[in-house]
Amino acid sequence: MATEFAFPDSAAKNAAAAESQNETMSLSMGPSHPSTHGVLRLQLEVDGEVITKADPVLGYLHRGDEKIAENMTYNQFVPYTDRLDYLAPLANNVAYALAVEKLAGIEVPARCAGIRVIVSELARISSHLMGLGAYGIDVGAWTVFLYTFTEREKLYTLFEELTGARFTTSYTRIGGVARDLPNGWTDRVLAFCDQFLPILEEILALLHRNKIFLDRTADVGVISKEDAIAYGLTGPNLRGSGVALDLRKDKPYSGYEQYDFDVPVGTKGDCYDRYACRGEEMRQSVRIVRQAIAKLPGGEVVARDARRIVAPSKDKVLTSMEELINNFMITTEGPQIRPGEAYFEAENPKGILGFYVVSKGGGVPWRMKIRSPSFCNLSILPKLCQGEYIADVVSILGSFDFVMGECDR
Amino acid sequence: MAVIQIERKPLSFAERTYLPQIASGLKTTLKHLFAPTITMEYPEQRPAVPAGYRGVPTLVMDPHGREKCVSCQLCEFVCPPKAIRITPGSVPADQPDRAHVEKAPETFDIDMLRCIYCGLCQEVCPEEAIVLQNLYSTVGYTRGEMVNDKKRLYELGGTLPDQHFKWDKKKAAEEAGNDRH
Repeated sequence: MATEFAFPDSAAKNAAAAESQNETMSLSMGPSHPSTHGVLRLQLEVDGEVITKADPVLGYLHRGDEKIAENMTYNQFVPYTDRLDYLAPLANNVAYALAVEKLAGIEVPARCAGIRVIVSELARISSHLMGLGAYGIDVGAWTVFLYTFTEREKLYTLFEELTGARFTTSYTRIGGVARDLPNGWTDRVLAFCDQFLPILEEILALLHRNKIFLDRTADVGVISKEDAIAYGLTGPNLRGSGVALDLRKDKPYSGYEQYDFDVPVGTKGDCYDRYACRGEEMRQSVRIVRQAIAKLPGGEVVARDARRIVAPSKDKVLTSMEELINNFMITTEGPQIRPGEAYFEAENPKGILGFYVVSKGGGVPWRMKIRSPSFCNLSILPKLCQGEYIADVVSILGSFDFVMGECDR
Repeated sequence: MAVIQIERKPLSFAERTYLPQIASGLKTTLKHLFAPTITMEYPEQRPAVPAGYRGVPTLVMDPHGREKCVSCQLCEFVCPPKAIRITPGSVPADQPDRAHVEKAPETFDIDMLRCIYCGLCQEVCPEEAIVLQNLYSTVGYTRGEMVNDKKRLYELGGTLPDQHFKWDKKKAAEEAGNDRH
């Protein structure tokens, strides 16, 4: 069924008109509603408890990130990518750096690629933990949230040690990462993985055979395989519907082809499948992290040979005049990227995050388009909510695990 | 490609009575009840800050108590939210051992309401003069109080060890007559 698109104001007006004729009532859910996970507003038309029409209203968190990108050098935009999917900033940093590197045609050293895989997977775990915990609250399981947050805190301590910040990591640079791993960091990550798996089982055990949870999620918000593909869903939301699309397998980047892991898919495409996919993905991420640490080679963490893209090391800047000049050039003019365009997409925790970068040469992108998974995933809401109960909308929204920072960007 | 299907077993009769879940839930709760606490009484207890933490940006002096910043304005340029404002000036006359440095900041303001603690200023600084240190909470009653001026930045920054003393080396080279630049 084709969904009718209407601008928010006219949607409200139409709803008011419909209300005067029928028995339906218009209801605004959000933008400040605890279960809409941020500033999503759903303009609902309800007949009693049943939704007859749902219009998502977006843009409350719009900052114009794509335009901002055109006004700064490539490296200056890295902190902005933290604020897209702010529950997995490291994964965004990595996807952005890979996109610009694809355009520039540079290869990063193997150690850098390995580090990027480790941090992406840790970001996936932290994002899914948050998604799971928040979903627990949405459907009435408070305890899960507390346990997932305890684990997430441990991850954030690791991120803090690695990047210098817990939340806004800004870790990657074009052609590498900002700093090498601190001493003993990988051991602490492995220790985290070891203690995390039993706790994950404990957390999931609170939910997956729980009748209350199953009543709220099983057979609610069923998305068929065809619909999931037609609406461009990605990530666990797509895999929950039984489509095994995972770019880490299908279009491996940053050396994902070296690691052995499974892709979980659902069978029904309901809220429970989407939740269960996230649970399983965390186990797989732990597997990838362990392999990546075992295989992590030594060496540089930045592509030193790309002299017009990567700033020289601090030591050289302080001792050599040529490197000092180079540092000034790269900082003021930006990393010199060749003219052209590139689209790169990465499998982020929320789905496929794509960056389309157009360069006319020089250190500033001419145009940058961000394909954010949350935005595309939400496109199915009008169809999905129709005929559901209001209470189930909360369950459906939670199962999508979207982030408005990325959706509105 | 290894694909695993999500298992979906129908609930058993016992599970449909909610009882096993209540029991196992309580077991988990009890286990956590006697586990050590993981929360922190924040203002009294403070978290340990790791090395390399990106806290409040500060200006630092070298071990001889001399200002390191040469007001090249690279940090001002790179700062994504434009939090830094520098007015370049000359080195004060009362610092004869720094006369060859030529420049020093007359004013140096960092607006902590704009700063996003990204650390790019520290990364590009060719003098290691601006450093993000451990302080993570700043407060003020007015917007003006949240702007750290040069004096405050040096108070916060203090002195850090220096590996290079590049300006001293340059002076020594000049005096020896083999200054290449």
